[in-house]
Amino acid sequence: MKTSTLIILAVVCIIIFVAPLIMFSGHGEDDGYFGGSDDAASEQIEASHYEPWFSSIWEPPSGEIESLLFALQAAIGAIIIGYFFGYWRGQGKEE
Amino acid sequence: MHIMEGYLPLNWCIIWFVISIIVVAFGLYQIKKIVDETPESKALLAVSGAFMFVLSSLKLPSVTGSCSHPCGNGLGAALFGPAVTAVLATIVLIFQALLLAHGGLTTLGANIFSMGIVGPLVAWIVYKGLTKAGISSTIAIFFAAFLGDLLTYVATSFQLALAFPAPNFGAALTAFLTIFAVTQVPLAIGEGILTVIIWDRLKAYKPKLLDKLGALAPNEA
Repeated sequence: MKTSTLIILAVVCIIIFVAPLIMFSGHGEDDGYFGGSDDAASEQIEASHYEPWFSSIWEPPSGEIESLLFALQAAIGAIIIGYFFGYWRGQGKEE
Repeated sequence: MHIMEGYLPLNWCIIWFVISIIVVAFGLYQIKKIVDETPESKALLAVSGAFMFVLSSLKLPSVTGSCSHPCGNGLGAALFGPAVTAVLATIVLIFQALLLAHGGLTTLGANIFSMGIVGPLVAWIVYKGLTKAGISSTIAIFFAAFLGDLLTYVATSFQLALAFPAPNFGAALTAFLTIFAVTQVPLAIGEGILTVIIWDRLKAYKPKLLDKLGALAPNEA
């Protein structure tokens, strides 16, 4: 694909994920927006009076630590992809 | 799609564990075979796993007003098939269960089943079907990733409706599908596009390796 096509695709992707932020701007977690679907499912289960029988052996102690670990997860993945793509690109140029 | 720790009755935990362990064991065997036959595919395995790592860490907003995350399981499925992707998903899910309290150890089997087995299986069938029908691999990977992501969440909805059929299975399924699948549609489109971008670059850099793995459309090889 041409670089311009790739850029258009990337822009479409950004629009898809920015649109909800604009559509629901002014709303927040307090009035029920932007919560996680996993939590919504858990609430649905709790509504049937189910008691979870096991809880996580360790939980991030705060939102800050949780975001640290999520950023770490994304960084590990991004480093690996970036490393190999850069390596392959250089390899291709040498040949 | 993470079923939280402790949120599945024990009998369902065991059922999903047993199914998942069999597939993951087969995936490990396949990885060994692939790496023995084509050692250079190790890097591609790492990239497929890393792609899942990145995508499943991104909590994205959806037009329904709630947030969810893509899975990234379509890429690995198109390259290596569903069983290998189940192994990669297991690594991601263990990381999230232990460090992020996302998903859990008791629900690991169930989460592997949705994100590592159903999603990749659908993606793999769609990918193989479309490329065999003569459709370009870049188009095929979009639909594979889109449906792989969406069906992962449909699988979770089925799992929860089976375990919590209140008031009945149909109503529970509708409730969980509303929470998961509807929110997931725009995210799945986004995942499809991101996978197309990665795929396009892979095809440009490693055409021979993709061909050797049988991951290209017959007319592209």
